[in-house]
Amino acid sequence: MAWRLLRVLQRTSFSNHTISLPNPNCSRLNPLAASSPLLPKLWKRSHTDAAPLPSPTQETRAGTESGDSRGAKSTSFRSSLNEAEVAKFAAIAETWWDFQGPFQPLHLMNPTRISFIRSTLCRHFRKDPFSARPFEGLKIVDVGCGGGILSEPLARMGATVTGIDAVEKNIKIAQIHAASDPLTSSIEYRCTTAEELVKENEKFDAVISLEVIEHVADPSDFCKSLAALTVPLGATVISTINRSMRSYATAIVAAEYLLNWLPRGTHQWSRFLTPEELVLILERASISVQEMAGFFYNPLTGDWSLSDDTSVNFIAFATRRNE
Amino acid sequence: MMWLSLVVAWLDWLLQVHCVASMPLTKHLKVAIVDPNPALSLRNYYDKSEMPDSRVSTITPATISLFKDVGAWEHVQQQRHAFFDQMQVWDYTGLGYTRYNARDVGKEYLGCVVENKVLCNSLLLSLQQDADSRKTIIPAKLTSMTLPPKSPSSGSSIGHTTMDKLSGMAKSDETFEQIQLRRLAKLELSDGQHIYSKLVVGADGAKSHVREMAGIKTSGWNYSQSGVICTVEHTLENHCAWQRFLPSGPIALLPIGDKFSNIVWTMGSDDSTRHKLMSVDDFVEAVNYALDHGYGPHPQSSSLDHYIESLPWITGPGTLSTREHFEVPPKVINVVSERMAFPLSLMHAHNYASSQVVLIGDAAHAVHPLAGQGVNLGFGDASALAKVIAEGLSLGADIADLALLKKYEKERKAANITMMAILDGFQKAYSVDFGPINLVRAAAFHGAQYIAPLKKTIISYAMGDKKWPLFS
Repeated sequence: MAWRLLRVLQRTSFSNHTISLPNPNCSRLNPLAASSPLLPKLWKRSHTDAAPLPSPTQETRAGTESGDSRGAKSTSFRSSLNEAEVAKFAAIAETWWDFQGPFQPLHLMNPTRISFIRSTLCRHFRKDPFSARPFEGLKIVDVGCGGGILSEPLARMGATVTGIDAVEKNIKIAQIHAASDPLTSSIEYRCTTAEELVKENEKFDAVISLEVIEHVADPSDFCKSLAALTVPLGATVISTINRSMRSYATAIVAAEYLLNWLPRGTHQWSRFLTPEELVLILERASISVQEMAGFFYNPLTGDWSLSDDTSVNFIAFATRRNE
Repeated sequence: MMWLSLVVAWLDWLLQVHCVASMPLTKHLKVAIVDPNPALSLRNYYDKSEMPDSRVSTITPATISLFKDVGAWEHVQQQRHAFFDQMQVWDYTGLGYTRYNARDVGKEYLGCVVENKVLCNSLLLSLQQDADSRKTIIPAKLTSMTLPPKSPSSGSSIGHTTMDKLSGMAKSDETFEQIQLRRLAKLELSDGQHIYSKLVVGADGAKSHVREMAGIKTSGWNYSQSGVICTVEHTLENHCAWQRFLPSGPIALLPIGDKFSNIVWTMGSDDSTRHKLMSVDDFVEAVNYALDHGYGPHPQSSSLDHYIESLPWITGPGTLSTREHFEVPPKVINVVSERMAFPLSLMHAHNYASSQVVLIGDAAHAVHPLAGQGVNLGFGDASALAKVIAEGLSLGADIADLALLKKYEKERKAANITMMAILDGFQKAYSVDFGPINLVRAAAFHGAQYIAPLKKTIISYAMGDKKWPLFS
């Protein structure tokens, strides 16, 4: 079992840096390996799901993948399993805007994420939070926009929004939905990656990438791309899921297996980042994290709310250093 | 292309529009008010020398503070209105009575009785004064409404040709306008106009057209009772609200100001026609009979009551009304307005919101007038909806989004149903003339009269200061 765990850990490639890797023999991980028969199976699955270690050239291209939250480890990985997954997510792409459909958790979570973004960006850019269009004049890019669930509210709040996603079908769905409301028809959707945008020398006042970084192959390169897209002293907002026991129980076991909120295999626990790791990766990409919040779901009221508890979902607001 | 948020109205719409117009987040919304009521064109205050209209509402302090927030209360104060600080409730059996005083809960008044036309006018005037708000009043009736088809994803609601156009990047402005219009509700009016709207708020009363067109089902029942309303005159000014439960239904006497009072008398449908048509003298006699010695004796304070009165741990300090004795209501000398009768029923819509349509006020729920709560529930709905829309806009949501409208429904449905259940319970309890039930009611009267915490809870709930009767 241990050698498998080691292979999986190598997948989170902090290899160029001297961050202390989570020790495969540490107590946090061992109980997992030793416990119930279900868990080794999950580990096995996650090991084979992850593509084989790619060659260096492939990695740089794919590592900066701004894949959408449905696991489009797209064009560079050619393993049949990945294509099957992409196809599976493409099949449910039509249901992006179905509030009762498979993306319901995202819709429920959306207002909470937006309230965090609104308060941090208004404060950073000195905008009036009580105005109906506080983001007037700001250029924002939504990296991994999916069906446009985040892009549309941002556009309604006055921002000039560009949404990018690596899955063509998502972009199509997003374009059609946004076209039907004049407030959102100005959103520019493009099927591309963050790295491509960097090559085109695009710059934005705010770069927002929610629930994406846990799906990319190389988080540190991805963060470097995000930094390159942000103007100096601009804002970067990233949200993801913490790598903790609690998040395993909640986001993997409960969400994917018990409640069927997410299709099985959506997330791989090994790819989750702890807040400390995220802060370090961002620091090395010249981005300083200013604020962080967790959000949790109350099953009785069905509401998500912001809190200080970052043990499962968390969102970080950071600013690009002026270098 | 302008996107209008359309409001079809009876009384609650004005407050709704007001709330929307006055909040900074929602000021930019364009609102159209569709209502054929000729009173909407009035620009001045109603003269106090005119006879009071028989259509009045009792508004609670909670509603008064809503009016103050939108700046309409100052207009009401310039016209006829009557605050009352005491209330007496008793029934025909003479076994018990309850008196309520605003000072029991440390307030100066329990409520205010205002004519409906005055409320309407005040809201309208303060709306006119707000030059910023983008509202249009259209004096026409709604004849039909076409809603866009409900579809889970946008893909299926738009034809293949449009999809091709988008993928082929062959956009033309015309096509986009058509796409955008298709997502809006189209309303056809009686004067031939069409209006397109993102959100339609139905505030058109119990027989709501909007609700019918949106296909929202309702449940309820008729009470087999009708309410007779009119304005009467006394020799002295009246500052107390009186309500006596008779075998066929309650009769209420509400002060309207300047020695006038409003009568709301609930009785069987046949009786109501008879009372409507009888001569003025006969009617005055019937009213005095009903309020005074008719149908049963006055409640007398027994020695048990005197004993309980003297126990401070039940009566509580500062509750004046526990020591107040039963009073006979002031005599009626004349009827000064036309008598009107209307049937009473209970109605509740299954949903308050469906895609792009939301109901407020009587369109969503109709209650018995016995506690004067109907219009106050409606005003509560209006302000809750405005708040939900403002919150949604602050987070960039689409105002016609069903998930947002469901939040409004969640907030109001529970409160409205609780109040309706309580009122319905009262109506049923008082329509039975059966010894043991009469004694239970008498015990309830005594309890509410002497047990201070219970009395305070009842007053606070009825005034709108408490959201739930218990655990609040």
